[in-house]
Amino acid sequence: MKEFVLIFRNSVTEGFKPSPEQMQQLMTDWMSWMGSVAAQDKLADKGNRLSMSEGKTVKPGDIVTDGPYTEVKEFINGYMIVKTDTIEEAVSIASECPILKIGGNVEVRKIVSPDDNS
Amino acid sequence: MEGTQSNSNAELIPHLFRQEYSKMTAVLCRYFGLEQIELAEDIASETFLKASEYWPVHGVPENPAGWLYTVAKNKAKDHLRRGQLFETRVKDALKPAEAISGHEFEFSDEIIADSQLAMIFVVCDPVNSQSAQVCLALQILCGFSVEEMANAFLSNMETIKKRLQRARANLRNDGFQLRKLQKDEISTRLDTVLKTLYLLFNEGYFSQNENQFIRKDLCSEAMRLTLLLVENKLTNMPQVNALLALMCFQSSRLDARTSDTGEAVLYEDQDRRLWNRFLIEKGNYYLLKAFSEKQESKYHIEAAIACWHTTTRDEKWPHILQLYNRLIVLEYSPVTAINRLFAFGKVYGKESAIKEAEKLNLSSNSYYHGLMGFLYSGVNTGYAIMHYKQALRFTKSVIEKKALADKIDQLTTLVQTAGQ
Repeated sequence: MKEFVLIFRNSVTEGFKPSPEQMQQLMTDWMSWMGSVAAQDKLADKGNRLSMSEGKTVKPGDIVTDGPYTEVKEFINGYMIVKTDTIEEAVSIASECPILKIGGNVEVRKIVSPDDNS
Repeated sequence: MEGTQSNSNAELIPHLFRQEYSKMTAVLCRYFGLEQIELAEDIASETFLKASEYWPVHGVPENPAGWLYTVAKNKAKDHLRRGQLFETRVKDALKPAEAISGHEFEFSDEIIADSQLAMIFVVCDPVNSQSAQVCLALQILCGFSVEEMANAFLSNMETIKKRLQRARANLRNDGFQLRKLQKDEISTRLDTVLKTLYLLFNEGYFSQNENQFIRKDLCSEAMRLTLLLVENKLTNMPQVNALLALMCFQSSRLDARTSDTGEAVLYEDQDRRLWNRFLIEKGNYYLLKAFSEKQESKYHIEAAIACWHTTTRDEKWPHILQLYNRLIVLEYSPVTAINRLFAFGKVYGKESAIKEAEKLNLSSNSYYHGLMGFLYSGVNTGYAIMHYKQALRFTKSVIEKKALADKIDQLTTLVQTAGQ
């Protein structure tokens, strides 16, 4: 069994404000998806969502900028960890992630373990 | 008249025994130290023996519990006075911190409540396996005999005896002190305590035992102990209230889920008039208390699900499914996965649920096949029969075997009539 981090990315869309109804639906979709992964006993860590309003980037020379938004169009808004035998299985889980329906994407990365760091 | 009285005695003594035995043992243990638990149990047993000899002849005293405590107190003092025991064993075992000073053997309500609470925390010791903790709890906290336990668990007395002996030895070696509980002891051990009470309840609720009385007994003992935790301000915490709410909701259906002939009645087919309104209201009360603080345990979620099940509205299913999603993200178990799948089917339909089921990898689980049988009924009868047969192969429960065989018969008849 290997562990893979799913990294969720979304792009900043100026002026995009989902209605409360849409937010509710999105939340429900997330919970259903996570529930489905957990029901297969493939959820290793439910991870965290990352704040979009509070964030800084620290650079050499005491330079601190607001958030990651200034330079990238896409930002990471969360992650979770799944346990599967192969990366294909992890990809198949990621392919059902609701973020894909709202213009985001999921990066799948194997966690490096001491005995296997390929 | 006399006949009536001895009849009521015969009922009163076992009832009192259950209620008072564990209290008496807990208090005596605090005086003697946990190392002397057998002595405490002997004194409690001797006390009840005396009652069972004395009461039928002289009548039941006005305050039976008070009478019992007086006898126990005297017996305890006798033991101390009589033997070398005090000098050689008990005195060494009595360390000032763990015992109550003095040997007046006071049985005040406060001391009884504190001692019983402490005893629950002693018994639920993670040095023992969960199932051993459940056995110990039944013996020490609920006054069950080895025979009653063997009946309840469909096991033999020798196995239970061995399990108890090992568990008691582990307890002694672990050296948990029996005294008024401290805050840090509560916070480190509460999870284990709740889990054991939860299992004790489930032993009754989901038991494979056909005897409805034994099952109810286990459920009500688990509820009595959980209520003790709720009633003590040291342990009256949100997750404890949530667990008690869950137990209330579940046991409100105890009468409805078994037919007069002892067969299991599925939730959907239950006569709702048999649901116990009083327990449902109690459940609501404890659930509100559980949610009064911002803390959520798996018992909160399970109680919320059980609460939805006390309503008959169809729009409950999306809520139940969401709660199952949260529960399974918090803690995986095959049972939760299967229950979630049932709710999934209610919300998205049988065919979507079948697709979802194929991901679960639970093909050696009887409940899984039972549910698949249900999902395929009306979709693909051949598959439904196949799954019910698989379920029959994996289940050990007599009640379920009967229910599954009935389903298979019904579906087979259906296929045959259609074929003609």
